[in-house]
Amino acid sequence: MNHLPQAWGRPRDDVYGPYDASYLQSGHPQTHTKSPIVTGTSVLAVKFQDGVVIAADNLASYGSLARFTDVKRLRPFNSKCIVGFGGDVSDMQYLDRLLNSLDVVENYSSEGHSLNAKNLHTYLSKVMYKRRSEINPLWNQMLVAGLDGDDKPFLSSIDLLGTTFSSPTLATGFGAHLAQPLLRKVADDESKVAGVTKERAIEAVKECMKVLFYRDARSLDRYSIAIITKEGGVELKEDEQLEGQSWAFAETIRGYGRTQEV
Amino acid sequence: MFRNNYDNDSVTFSPQGRIFQVEYASEAVKQGSVVVGIASKTHTVLVALKRNAEELSSYQKKVIGIDEHFGIALAGLASDARVLSNFMKQQALASKMTYGRPIPLERIVAQIGDRAQTSTQVYGKRPYGVGLLIAGVDETGPHLFEFQPSGMTQEMIACAIGARSQMARTYLERHLDEFADASRDELIKHGLLALKESLSQDKELTVDNASVGVTGLAQDGKRKIESFKLYDGGEVAPLLEAALESAEPASGDTTVEGESMEVDT
Repeated sequence: MNHLPQAWGRPRDDVYGPYDASYLQSGHPQTHTKSPIVTGTSVLAVKFQDGVVIAADNLASYGSLARFTDVKRLRPFNSKCIVGFGGDVSDMQYLDRLLNSLDVVENYSSEGHSLNAKNLHTYLSKVMYKRRSEINPLWNQMLVAGLDGDDKPFLSSIDLLGTTFSSPTLATGFGAHLAQPLLRKVADDESKVAGVTKERAIEAVKECMKVLFYRDARSLDRYSIAIITKEGGVELKEDEQLEGQSWAFAETIRGYGRTQEV
Repeated sequence: MFRNNYDNDSVTFSPQGRIFQVEYASEAVKQGSVVVGIASKTHTVLVALKRNAEELSSYQKKVIGIDEHFGIALAGLASDARVLSNFMKQQALASKMTYGRPIPLERIVAQIGDRAQTSTQVYGKRPYGVGLLIAGVDETGPHLFEFQPSGMTQEMIACAIGARSQMARTYLERHLDEFADASRDELIKHGLLALKESLSQDKELTVDNASVGVTGLAQDGKRKIESFKLYDGGEVAPLLEAALESAEPASGDTTVEGESMEVDT
């Protein structure tokens, strides 16, 4: 045994010649995500009388740096549902590929059957729970919007632990704190959904996107918005601009690093 | 001295292009007691004739519920059918767990078809010695499928497999046009009468040897389904009664007429 720990437990080079390590796994250590790297912020969604509206901005941040300003975080699935991703962007891209392969399998295996938003949500929740059980979670929170088996509006959330919950209005990330209370003014209860028009829902979501841009330092004024209805299917617009901004309130803010006027 | 050299395994073709092991497996199906399946626009029924190995034994199960929305009827080796039905139960449950969706019938049938085909092409395996009728309802309505040991599957309007099933098929062919719009009760009746056709002279349908399985779309809501219901033993009595009654009157009338004529002479 010599002083090099790398050689311990292996045939001695001076006796057997150089050690052939080619059969060993060249491998790197197995790594698990312990924190997200490139992240997307809030996703917002509201149910209305005959559909769902969902929105997310087009920013992927690298820490506090606004690194990528053209990242689409709303992903349509089989022209019936939308998945909105918050959290890690690379994990979002993995899930995107996973959903793609699911879609291919679904389309090849039989006609006349397609997964609705509820089926998709169940599937994603199992994927997320499996990964968290391996202690290697996919660092996302997702909103699934679409129609269920009875063509009723469907909206539900899944997070990195596989936890699911649903509500007439949902928001992830910073929006869960800032936008959700505002959205609840539109519909705070399942029974109110029937009284919410499409226009009202869109207006509320757009307003919340604006409020989030004012106050969330990881947000952007360009965003994607999708409306899912039975009649219109999925209408997805991926390059929208926030309208009617007013920064007048900023003048009154004191502190937070702003130069102090004495 | 004329030994068949081409039936030792299921992967060897005979010079005539046949695979004897697969053909022998189909013979096993023909030895099983008869099962009948029919599909209408709203329902599917499976009807089976059960056999008991001896007077003291119970009757062999012929109709098995797999999931809420479908079931199977078997003809041939019951133990092979058990392997397939356990597999189908697992797949149906997996679909429910991962997607919250009842498995589409076309898909589960394709899966057992693929499994059965594999055993006709891999050395050391043997084909399943059982034929199945798979009947149920999914998103796209009621379906009836036939499965054979070769791995062949096809969708049917009505079908009968097993011993003496030709007689039942003849009945089904004669009444083909009535099935699509038949009600639940009419469909069961057709199933039982088709089964009755295939019975040998000394046998008749009883509560002990008849099994009926029914699935369908529920009458109230369009989307909801009527879950698979298996009628066995005493439960079959009213169904049998209704079916045999409807078949009798014609012959009943003639005997009455015959008697009256006798009185006249």
